[in-house]
Order: sequence, then structure tokens, then C-alpha cells
Amino acid sequence: MSGNLVSTSSPHIKTEETVRSVMVDVLIALFPVAVVSVAIFGYHALVTMIISIIVAMVTEAACKRKFDLFGDGSAAVTGLLLAMTLPPALPWWVIASGSFFAIAIGKMAFGGTGNNIFNPALVGRALLVASWGGILADKWYFPQPFEFGVDITGTTAATPLMGETEAMGVTLEQLFIGNMAGSMGETSALALLVGSIWLFYKKQIDWRIPGSFILIVFLMGALLGGGMYHDHLTTGLFHVLAGGVMLGALFMATDMVTSPVTPLGKIIFGVGCGFLTMAIRLYGTLPEGVFFAILIMNGLVPLIDHFTVPRKFGEVKSNA
Amino acid sequence: MSDSDMKVSIFKGGVHPAHSKRTTESVAITKFSPPQKAVIPLQQHIGAPCEAKVKAGDKVKIGQKIGDSESFVSVPIHASISGEVESVGPYNHPLGKQVEAVTIASDGADSWHDDIKPLGELEDLSPEKLREIIREAGIVGMGGATFPAHVKLKPPEEKPIDTVIINGAECEPYLTGDHRLMVERPEDIIYGLKIMMKALEAENGVIGIEKNKPDAIKTMQELVKDETHIKVAPLPTKYPQGAEKMLIYSITKREVPSGGLPLDVGVVNHNVGTAIAMTEALREGKPLVERVLTVTGSGIKQPANLKIRIGTLVKDVLEVQGWHEETTRKLIIGGPMMGLSQTSVDVPVIRGTSGILALTDEEVNLGESVDCINCGKCVDVCPVYLVPTFIAKAADRQMVERAERFNALDCIECGCCAFGCPAGIPLTLKIREAKAQINEKRKS
Repeated sequence: MSGNLVSTSSPHIKTEETVRSVMVDVLIALFPVAVVSVAIFGYHALVTMIISIIVAMVTEAACKRKFDLFGDGSAAVTGLLLAMTLPPALPWWVIASGSFFAIAIGKMAFGGTGNNIFNPALVGRALLVASWGGILADKWYFPQPFEFGVDITGTTAATPLMGETEAMGVTLEQLFIGNMAGSMGETSALALLVGSIWLFYKKQIDWRIPGSFILIVFLMGALLGGGMYHDHLTTGLFHVLAGGVMLGALFMATDMVTSPVTPLGKIIFGVGCGFLTMAIRLYGTLPEGVFFAILIMNGLVPLIDHFTVPRKFGEVKSNA
Repeated sequence: MSDSDMKVSIFKGGVHPAHSKRTTESVAITKFSPPQKAVIPLQQHIGAPCEAKVKAGDKVKIGQKIGDSESFVSVPIHASISGEVESVGPYNHPLGKQVEAVTIASDGADSWHDDIKPLGELEDLSPEKLREIIREAGIVGMGGATFPAHVKLKPPEEKPIDTVIINGAECEPYLTGDHRLMVERPEDIIYGLKIMMKALEAENGVIGIEKNKPDAIKTMQELVKDETHIKVAPLPTKYPQGAEKMLIYSITKREVPSGGLPLDVGVVNHNVGTAIAMTEALREGKPLVERVLTVTGSGIKQPANLKIRIGTLVKDVLEVQGWHEETTRKLIIGGPMMGLSQTSVDVPVIRGTSGILALTDEEVNLGESVDCINCGKCVDVCPVYLVPTFIAKAADRQMVERAERFNALDCIECGCCAFGCPAGIPLTLKIREAKAQINEKRKS
């Protein structure tokens, strides 16, 4: 008899992929936008990211009572994503509070990785808006590209979504490259797209959520935006490139834990995110609606999944 | 596209595990010496078990019937070596339970029973006679399903069969027995296909082969180039291409209805090994007393494709081929995706045994699981379009009706979901549990 033999159920082989490797893929995909944000906003951006990531990892390790800072990597992802939604150069305690709240309440209170209903980074951001909205609104600094050591906090600037005049202050090219005032990870659509190629390549995301999200934003912007930015078509493009749509569509709405699993459900989810984003932007009081749109749709995921279970193979058509 | 080729469809879902076939795919089939002792379970098929027709002390010869059943969905069992019946009683079975088995001690003569003689040529035999010969030869589906072959050759009157498919996909990693049979014995496969076509009065025959076996495709194509009703279908290499429903969809674009059988869409399919067994039954009168299997994996010193007697003990095979007992972590009967892992080497080769794999730590999955991250990869790979994670969660919570509503019973247990799960959740196992819960509920 052989003592080394173990018996488990088939299949007996498996891909190398783990939750940790999935999270590492997300971190790799966020690398370009992290680099660009440091290039644009200097050391403030780097400090913000470091604080947010470290507080997130420490909070998770403390909640688990396990001294394993990196763990499955999801805390680092949440910390980095939260940083990307913030203006550069916030007071350190604001960043730390957001990061702590994101992990402790947004994730661990629900039971840890896989069990949270809402995107933790967005939960953290929502807390910051609710608690220190004034501070956040005040901190949109003027970019100082390639001046790592320069203190950017001298000059504040308007973000394009604040109003018509502000929108006209930026060119589409600027919006695409990202050289403008805004949240650290939102300004450069180019960097977000480049990073997301990795996620598409590794099949961590598919086109359904980002595609439907962005398409709806574009269509609503073009059809209902009133041609505010040059003309109807460019207004649609403006709404796609300004604010958090690209970050939200590629990195937030695609968060596996808080998005649907069914193919049709993913499309409905993306459409809902796009619709709510534009409803808030065009008809609400807030200038930006991406994060609330995603949070609201997160809450609907179980329902969406429930009603979009695919047709099974060989389903017998009822022809009674 | 040549005349004998045909257009195929690609099924949705599926995975691409490493083939791991290189070690044995070009190794010719060799005969494994008849064992000193053969343990022949009286149930090696789906359906009614056989009653023993011999008792301890009886002398038997190869091919002699040692078990049979009155039931239609059953096949007789035959002695695979000549010698003396040592005992009749429970013995280890690859399915993990003890099953009544006839143990025969060899007399070393290896002599065949007198009744074993050619039964005629295809032209002279009626469909009814063909089915009888196939039943009497004890032929079952040799891809691993072990469903009695004659039953599949007798569809109800109202369901005519137009296409017979020979399954040469061999999509399970590591296994190469079917591949070798297609290269080495293509004529016998075609003859077997013709037996089935005649028994079913079916017009078309198709041999489906995955494209990772170009030599097998070429050999078979060469052979059928003058046949008007037989074609070769080169199939995309994707697991589980050889699963009945996927194979039929690829070749005919027909979906076997949920809860239904291939015959509901006018198709019967059989494995290449089954086709050869039918040919041998007709031309030599030889019942199913031996089969071809692959012995491989990093734990095996001499990987091989063996023609081996039914009832040979796995420990004898391991001894002759050599194995690294210390480093072998999983001993699997069948393929790595759907096979059964064994804790004992004292278990016989049966009619459905397509492989013996000795896999080491580097090759097998022993990983721990964490909570589901809802990634939906199981949904993407499921070839029958289920949502495995929902069924698994329902099974965990004993929510039987929920599992039923999510179509747990449609699961073909191919293993794709668990293979691709980043959280390492044994989804296939959990769905099996859900099925058991549902069947339990239906019984009560």
C-alpha cells in the first residue's frame, strides 16, 4: 500500500492561476497610470499611493490577525485604486482614513475577499466625499508635468466636468493624454487603456462591461449633452474622456467580486453604470457620477445575475 | 478541403490544458503479458450487475462467460486468462467501492475457449444478429462511460438514426491509446463503424479526431477517400471535445436536448476502441477480454500504450513499467480531468479503464481553496452553459431547489470549471454533491 497517495475528486489538474495572480495582474495593469500620475503631479502622487496602499494592507492584516501584508494582493489593489480616485496632495490623514474605511467596512466587514457587495475602493472614496467633501473639492491642483520635486499645491485649477467654461478649457488631446487637473488616476485615458491591454490579454476582463459602459456614456453624451463641447460628437467623446469614466469602466466596474458573472448580466451592468453616470452628470447636482453609478449597480448585481442565467445547452423549447 | 473532410462547428466554452501526450503518442502499442492472477469484477458497465456463472475451483478458459444477467441493459463478463477460479467475492473496484469479482489464477497455458471462432462477415449478418453478437461479446463504451454497446444500437422505432460518429477526439490530457489505435488499426475502426451503420441502418459515418493528432487524421482520411458515406472530421483541439454532446454539436450542429440522448437528434456515437472490439467480435468471435490503455505520468518509469487483459491488477502494471512510489501523489484511473484517483494499487483494470496515471506533486492540483471571487471564469468555460459557482454555493447551503433551478443535473462533470477556478474551489465535486442532493430529494 502506498502512503503517499491522496484521493480527491476530479479534475486532478488545474491552471496555475490563483486569486493572488489575478490581483497581481490588476496591479500590473495599473502600473502605467500610476507612472503617468507621478509624471503629472510629482511626488505628491507617489506619497498618496504609498499611504493608501500601506494603510490598506495593514488594515487587512490586522482584521485577519495574520502578519501577511501582501496576502492575496487584493488590499494592495484596493489601496491603489482608491489613490487613483483622489486628487493629488490630500492631507495624509484623509488618505489614511479612506483607505482604512475601504478595507475595514468596504470589505472585511462583509467577510473579506469575495464576499463584499460594493467595490471597496469606491466605498472608501464615498466616505471621504461624505466626510471631507470640502477638502477634496479644494484640492484640484494644476499639473506640473515632469517636475517630480515641485510642490504643486500652489495653484489650484478647475476640472473639466465643473461646467461649460471649464470644459472648453481643455482639448480632446489633453483629455486623452491626461495633462490636466483631476484625480490622479483619471486624467490619462491613454495610460488606462494601455494598462487594460494586460487585463484583456490575461482574460481578467472582457469587453462586455467596459464596452457597454463607455458606449452608453458616449451615446448619451452625444445625444443628450446638448453639444456643450464644440459639437454633438465631440461632446460624446468629452464625456468618455473627462472624469472617471475610463478608470471606472476599465478598473472599477470590472472588479470581479462586485460585478455579474453571466455574459448578459455583464452587459446590463455596464449599460446601467453608463446610464446612471450620465443621468447624474446631466441632470443631477454633482458634477461627476461615475462612482455613485458603479456603487448603485454593485448593489443590483445579485438581482442581475439571477435574471440572466444563460440558456442551458440543449434546452428543450416548449412548443406546447 | 478534400472530399473526405467536413466542416465542423466549434462548441462554446471549454479549456486548453497542457496535452502531456508527447511521451506516449508515438509509442506503438505493446502487449502486456497475461497476468498470473486476474480479478474480474462482475460489474464493469452501467446497468444491471452480472450473476457469477462459475464458482471457486472451476476451470476456465479465455473468452468463457463467467457472469451474465437477464437484464437488457447489461452485458456478460468473460474470463480473460485461462486457469482456475480462486474465489468469487468482493474486491476493490476503481469506482472506490467493493464489488463482487471473480478471481482467476492462471494455469500459464493462456488457452482460448473452444467456442471462440469467427462469426462471419458483415454482409451476411442481419442487424438483429449483429446486436446479439455485440451483446454476447460483452462490449461496452470503452471511452470510459461503459454503457452497453448493443443498447445504443437499438434505438426506438420512432427515432431513426442518420449518423454514426466514431469518437477519436481523445481530448483528455496524457491519454494516447485511441490515438495509437487510429494510427495502427484504422481498417478495424472503419469495419467497426460499418457494423454500427448496418445495425442502425444509418446512412452516414463520421470519424471525429482532434487536430493535435495529424497522423491519425491523415491515416483515416487515406482510408476513407473512396467511401461515399464515411467522412473524417478534424476537430479543434479543445477540452472536452470528446464529450458526447460537444462532439455531436461539432459534427452535426445539433444540440442533444437537455435530459435527452444522442439518438434524440438522430446520432449514435462510439469510441474507437469500441469499434475495434466490435470488429474483433465479428471476425474472430473474440469477446471483450482485453483493451488498450495508456500508462504514463511523471511517476511512471516506462510510459507505454499497452494492450492488456481485463482484470490485470494495477500493481502488476506498475511493477512491470516501474514507478516512483515515493514521489507519486496521485494514482488516477482514466484521464486527469475526469478520472478517479485511487488510494490502493490493488485494483483491477476494467473494461472502461483508458489510462493509469501516476502523477507527482508538480503535476497535480492539491491546492487549497479560498472564497469565490465571483470572477465568472467557470461560466465562461462551462460547455453546457451552466453557472457552476451558483450551483456550488447552493450545494454548500443544501439549497436543493435552487441547485435544481440552476440546472445542476445538466452538468456533464467535465471538470472545466474547477480546472480554471482561481480560487481553487472544487466546483465539479460540489456540483456532483448538488446532483446527489437533488436525486435524493426526488426519491423521497
